[in-house]
Amino acid sequence: MTELVPVLSDIWDQEQSWKRDTYAANGGYTALKKALGLDKADLVQMVKDSGLRGRGGAGFPTGMKWGFLPPDDGKPRYLVVNADESEPGTCKDIPLMMANPHVLIEGVAITSYAIRCNHAFIYLRGEVVHVYRRLLQAVREAYEAGDLGKNIHGSGFDLDVTVHAGAGAYICGEETALLDSLEGRRGQPRLKPPFPAVAGLYARPTVVNNVESVASVPAIVNNGVEWFTAMGTERSKGHGIFSLSGHVKRPGQYEAPLGITLRELLEMAGGMREGHELKFWTPGGSSTPIFTEEQLDTPLDYESVGAAGSMLGTRALQIFDETTCVVRAVTRWTEFYKHESCGKCTPCREGTFWLTQILKRLEAGKGTEADIQQLLDTCDSIAGRSFCALGDGATSSIISSVKKFREEYERHVTEGKCPFDHAASALFTYSSDTASDEATTEEAHA
Amino acid sequence: MTYDESTLEKLKADAAEVRGRYPVERSALLPLLHLVQSVDGYVSPDGIQFCAEQLDLTAAEVSAVATFYTQYKRRPSGEYQVGVCTNTLCAVMGGDEIWKRVSERCGVGHDETTEDGKISLERLECNAACDFAPVVMVNWEFFDNMTPETALQLVDDILDGKAVKPSRGPDEVPTFKEVSRVLAGFEDGRADQGVGAGEPTLAGLKTAKEQGWTLEGGAK
Repeated sequence: MTELVPVLSDIWDQEQSWKRDTYAANGGYTALKKALGLDKADLVQMVKDSGLRGRGGAGFPTGMKWGFLPPDDGKPRYLVVNADESEPGTCKDIPLMMANPHVLIEGVAITSYAIRCNHAFIYLRGEVVHVYRRLLQAVREAYEAGDLGKNIHGSGFDLDVTVHAGAGAYICGEETALLDSLEGRRGQPRLKPPFPAVAGLYARPTVVNNVESVASVPAIVNNGVEWFTAMGTERSKGHGIFSLSGHVKRPGQYEAPLGITLRELLEMAGGMREGHELKFWTPGGSSTPIFTEEQLDTPLDYESVGAAGSMLGTRALQIFDETTCVVRAVTRWTEFYKHESCGKCTPCREGTFWLTQILKRLEAGKGTEADIQQLLDTCDSIAGRSFCALGDGATSSIISSVKKFREEYERHVTEGKCPFDHAASALFTYSSDTASDEATTEEAHA
Repeated sequence: MTYDESTLEKLKADAAEVRGRYPVERSALLPLLHLVQSVDGYVSPDGIQFCAEQLDLTAAEVSAVATFYTQYKRRPSGEYQVGVCTNTLCAVMGGDEIWKRVSERCGVGHDETTEDGKISLERLECNAACDFAPVVMVNWEFFDNMTPETALQLVDDILDGKAVKPSRGPDEVPTFKEVSRVLAGFEDGRADQGVGAGEPTLAGLKTAKEQGWTLEGGAK
């Protein structure tokens, strides 16, 4: 039995857990003081040795990302924290920053010191105003305590931190779109190379890291590389927050070593809701191919999930029971990608539009057998043909669901309607006329 | 621009503070757009002009940015932005039905405002609270684990002019203009209100404590 490891979540249940005093009383900011006494290159090496990989979805080794920065030329270089958590199903960074913003601030200070950055930014999505309040206050408290600002704790190291609120655009979670947005432009991805490490914010060397990645740094500094690498699997080290949502008894945040399985997590979460069974789930948000009960014992680490045909992504486990229509679920995700496509690349912009048209037709029982093949063909025209991963992500749930649930798509065609009672999936009781509730939302996202 | 003198002076002073946060001034554009919403309730022609002058951009450049982001409203909108999450997870768990009932009660659809100007309704994309599904946001404050009944009570209270309290957030939901000022990066003194975590946020921590799992144990 894998045990949970509350590293980042350890003080979330304390009174005023978001205050600096609470954090400091529980060992907060000791890692910063320790780090300031270490050699910068040693800190980068420490994070490399820990095997920490990006917790924002892509899983790129964090220390290696830091190491890609060119040698210091005396001009500015930046750390930008990606706090634009918006991938459907993903809900770990937002509660982390609401409950304990200081673990992130401390991670920002250590990371900035290691990469020789004197001005760091936290780019928070704009739709979570209370989290923004907590971050603004935490940064102010940190300045007052001397954890930020000039000559931090007498080290001679200066750091300013700006917390920046976005304004509602999923694409800004893509690191180069985020940089454009932070520069005051439309958030559209840049062509890479050059990578942000060479030409990022204001065309200067920049590290873009996810909230959870940066927040994981203080514990590594305090407890050491061996402590971190003792958790997880061979190539997926350490702890991560697994977010369970959907038809489970106790949804929520479960911080565990990488490599834990859904079977284990489900048991901790009390299992599926009473009288129902697992039908399908996403291992890492809506951009990752769906799994079924066949992957209940797949270790949730980067390699194993990849080998099983999906991606660990953001560890956003959206769990659906047998009442859920997979075509309805996939249609809604696809509408999301259509809505959020930034419009820069034609395959994604046009492709997500046509996918939505076909899926809505199918879900309404007005599709044909040929539509199912058309979906796959259109996915072929999108995947791998755009600047960023948004278009790829849009095809994941479609391709995987047609593969695993083709007969369900076919039933929509042969029965001429959605064969599911949508009310049965809800957490409350209501009587439904499923045809009408979807119809009223026809052009809502236009 | 039609701002009166004191409004303009205040805007200019705030804008100077916002610009000062960034090494390159153009980065101030997003917060400045939030700032003009805090005065006008939407990105008004005056607001666009103001941002353009502050950052030495053209009005067209400012508009191009403003229209890219869904939080910037292009016409006057409600005092309370009520958003029902209808992305897959919330929709399946009941968000579609909540949307339908709330929309019927308010008599308006997506991106429309009630006649009294109280509520603008919106179908939301995922707001990173899936473990609290179905989720409703009012002025970007969290209302968790909603049902049609609690959601209708919520909009009724807003329409009746009563204060409403989010599940995780301040003691009462501020107006859209007030919230827009926070999003421009100005603290409003409400950070210490409300909880640090909801029950699902603590689910794993609680399990670990009940089982007596410690970090040392877990790291074995």
